[in-house]
Amino acid sequence: MGPFLFLVIFVVIIFVWVIAQYNKLVTLRNQVTNGWKQIDVQLKRRHDLIPNLVNTVRGYMEFEQETLEKVIKARNAAVSATGVADAAAKEGELTGALSRLFALSENYPTLKANENVQQLQEELTSTENKISFARQFYNDIATKFNIAQQTFPGNIIAGMFNYQASELFEVKEAAEREVPTVNLSLKK
Amino acid sequence: MTARNIYEQQSANKRKTVIVMGLFAVFFGFLGWGFDVYFFRFGQGGLPFPVATIVALCFGGWSAWWSLQNGASTVLSSSGAILIDDNDPKYQVLRDVTDEMSIASGLPKPHLYVIPDPDPNAFATGKDPDHACVAVTEGLLEKLNREELQGVIAHEMSHVRNYDIRMMTVVAALVGAVMLLSEVGLRSGGFGFGRKRDSSSRGSGGALMFVLWLIAIILAPLLAQILAMAVSRQREYLADASGAELTRNPNALASALQKIDAAVEPTKSIKKGTAHMCIADPLGKDINNKEGFFAEIFGTHPPIGKRIMLLHSMAYR
Repeated sequence: MGPFLFLVIFVVIIFVWVIAQYNKLVTLRNQVTNGWKQIDVQLKRRHDLIPNLVNTVRGYMEFEQETLEKVIKARNAAVSATGVADAAAKEGELTGALSRLFALSENYPTLKANENVQQLQEELTSTENKISFARQFYNDIATKFNIAQQTFPGNIIAGMFNYQASELFEVKEAAEREVPTVNLSLKK
Repeated sequence: MTARNIYEQQSANKRKTVIVMGLFAVFFGFLGWGFDVYFFRFGQGGLPFPVATIVALCFGGWSAWWSLQNGASTVLSSSGAILIDDNDPKYQVLRDVTDEMSIASGLPKPHLYVIPDPDPNAFATGKDPDHACVAVTEGLLEKLNREELQGVIAHEMSHVRNYDIRMMTVVAALVGAVMLLSEVGLRSGGFGFGRKRDSSSRGSGGALMFVLWLIAIILAPLLAQILAMAVSRQREYLADASGAELTRNPNALASALQKIDAAVEPTKSIKKGTAHMCIADPLGKDINNKEGFFAEIFGTHPPIGKRIMLLHSMAYR
């Protein structure tokens, strides 16, 4: 009776341990999904704001039609993006196009003084920040999820239930990666 | 300070809240016990029950429970904080940076309050992240730019995330209760001396205990405050660091602290009992800018210069 009882206790302990590990992974996976949804909400907000912004500034920035077209094009590409990597790349391009627009708008004092534009700019700034904070949060939680899956003993459970590592939201855009070239030669 | 992750930090704070409440309960019991022995002659043919001990314990337990439930609203109303209107364009930036920080920390949005006071300051309160309130002064909104305000809100959100707010709110309420009880104790203590001379039933050991008891009553409010301050000072460094982790922009918080420090006038709306909850000392005491033994004991906040230096060093790492 003794060894048998010992075996039963041992099996029960193993079983409880597997359940605990499994639940930990499920919790993390849901947090990752939720983190991604947060990014999604903010991206949608940005996509909704951009046509509004472009229409408002069009009248003031008639000489910058090309920049405005680029923003619209990048926005439309981002709306139709699928998957984490694709979305990350296209959103990166949109961020680049928007920052060019904001840099150019510095040349138009009447534009900057417009209350409507100021409000839109604050909204867009906040949305941009929210996207990057949501991305930061998502990447942190996705990293935690991946570590839990890849380290022992999580890797056994993850293998048993066929878990896959989540993609990180990386900045793919060339302009954000590039090292800026600085020209210090004196002009004559 | 050893590096601890956020979950260990939270459970450490919850544990410490319980320990602090336990310490206060012991103290309340001690106060009541003294009453029972010296005034009601408990165990010497006087009252059959330790009435005062029970009353004091109940009072202590009740104020701890009450502070957990109502501490936040008491603190807010005592500093004249007003819940902001969700549609007021004046507070658009404040709402936006708070939303940003709630996304970065993964916490629910706190309720936002504004205190009509020209001196820049801010604090957070509430019993848990689901019932958190963040209050800022009008002066803070006026003097800081967007990034600096974001840094301050990130600092406050870290207090929320670490459960500092629960700890601080309970400590604030209990310090108040200790002051009240010890006042009561002292007043009746004076009256008790007269009675003591008539009685010959107590030996020298009893007299010694009585003296110790009196000393405890006299020192209690001071000790309670020192405890509150010690708890507060550690929290500030930690909230600075984890706030910087949220914004990834420690320099903005550093320059916010510089501006808050440069505004010399004290924040009049914020009462003494709430001082340890604020981002910078609202009373403008000199001691918080000094280092050394006395500052370590009596300052509610670490020296701002040191905090700014630490934040800058995070930026260049």
